[in-house]
Amino acid sequence: MAHDHKLEIFRGLWKFKSNVQKIWGVLAFLSLVTAIEVILGIYKPAVLTQNYFIGMKLLNWIFIILTLVKAYYIAWDFMHLRDEKSSLRRAIVWTPIFLICYLIFILLFEADYIYTVFKEGYLSWNF
Amino acid sequence: MDTTVTTGSEESVWGGGNRPLNASYGKMMMWFFIVSDALTFSGFLVSYGFSRFKFIETWPIADEVFTHVPFFHGNYPMIYVAFMTFILIMSSVTMVLAVDAGHKMKKNRVIWYMFATIIGGAIFVGSQAWEWATFIKGDFGAVETKGGRILQFVHADTGERAALADFAQTLPEDRVKHIKSEGVWYMQEGYKTSYSLNEVVEGFKASPNILIRTETINEEGEKTVLDRSGSLAKLANATQVVEGANLIHNEYGSRLFADFFFFITGFHGFHVFSGVVINIIIFFNIILGTYERRGHYEMVEKVGLYWHFVDLVWVFVFTFFYLV
Repeated sequence: MAHDHKLEIFRGLWKFKSNVQKIWGVLAFLSLVTAIEVILGIYKPAVLTQNYFIGMKLLNWIFIILTLVKAYYIAWDFMHLRDEKSSLRRAIVWTPIFLICYLIFILLFEADYIYTVFKEGYLSWNF
Repeated sequence: MDTTVTTGSEESVWGGGNRPLNASYGKMMMWFFIVSDALTFSGFLVSYGFSRFKFIETWPIADEVFTHVPFFHGNYPMIYVAFMTFILIMSSVTMVLAVDAGHKMKKNRVIWYMFATIIGGAIFVGSQAWEWATFIKGDFGAVETKGGRILQFVHADTGERAALADFAQTLPEDRVKHIKSEGVWYMQEGYKTSYSLNEVVEGFKASPNILIRTETINEEGEKTVLDRSGSLAKLANATQVVEGANLIHNEYGSRLFADFFFFITGFHGFHVFSGVVINIIIFFNIILGTYERRGHYEMVEKVGLYWHFVDLVWVFVFTFFYLV
């Protein structure tokens, strides 16, 4: 068990005096991110819903990026991956990321193909 | 666990050393389990994405589905789910605090933080049960067409959703529920809706203020509302009334949406539930002083990893089910 904790987040921009303080700091940050997500989700600014980037609304990109940010801080500070050896961290993090990216790519492409078949093929389903 | 074999290569990590990853056996196994469980959850979430991209133009809008808050009437999209998210993050925090107190061998603090974690988990599971009950019970009611599509109703003047009770007529009909004892084989009717299809159709014809809303999403990202003649033509295809949601019928739109809702939030809720059970076991072990005698609280850290993982998954479920 690692007794020494790394006490800075945001690449050293924010340093804490003790591990307990760091935990509360991370909680404040995660709550802030969730609040931003909920406010954006309720108001849905038109600028973000009408503009697209690689086939997806900007708003959805923001949601996904904020989710990954939250996931990072949960894994790094709550699951204390920050204090683990980098070899353990890499084994745990990059393996699923690689597999999941592959899965997302292959299934969403396939789904988009089926969508065009349903839309343009000689097939009626919406009746 | 800490027995070591003294060999010459012990100093060299590359040579296999004692603990190249500096983590105990139990912790490593917990991490391996978490990685494989993460892949299971991503399988679920990506297949949700698959179905959604396949029916991208007709998929239900989550904001319009999850609009209720317990003890309050009215339309509050997302508020309750945000509350649930906060509860889970909060219980994650008390869990890390328990681990931290465990490092310092402060038994009483660990007990209280574990207790708070268990309470947080219980509130979350209860909230999810409530969310399920609300989803299953349904909101406004709808009719299903021959093609399995859902037609919902809106008021023409305000654009607000109309419940079946707002316009359906009560006709002198006698409709008997089909029960298993009358069936040929295991046939039975799941549930009887509060209005028959005929009552809804007649009521619709008699109230010019009601229009039909289809599943199709228009360019503004809203569901398409048909005009009066289009509505009447569409209603001719209706085959049955749907109230609420189950695995076969779903008044909110695509049935796959309900299926994935039950599967993904159900699987996650099961994880939270088992997490609470494991936390309770560890909680009693701490009270009994097991870890005090063992000399370290690593067990708390291991269940903590599982508990944070449940939180981590919820962050993704929250995004992909409720936000995106």
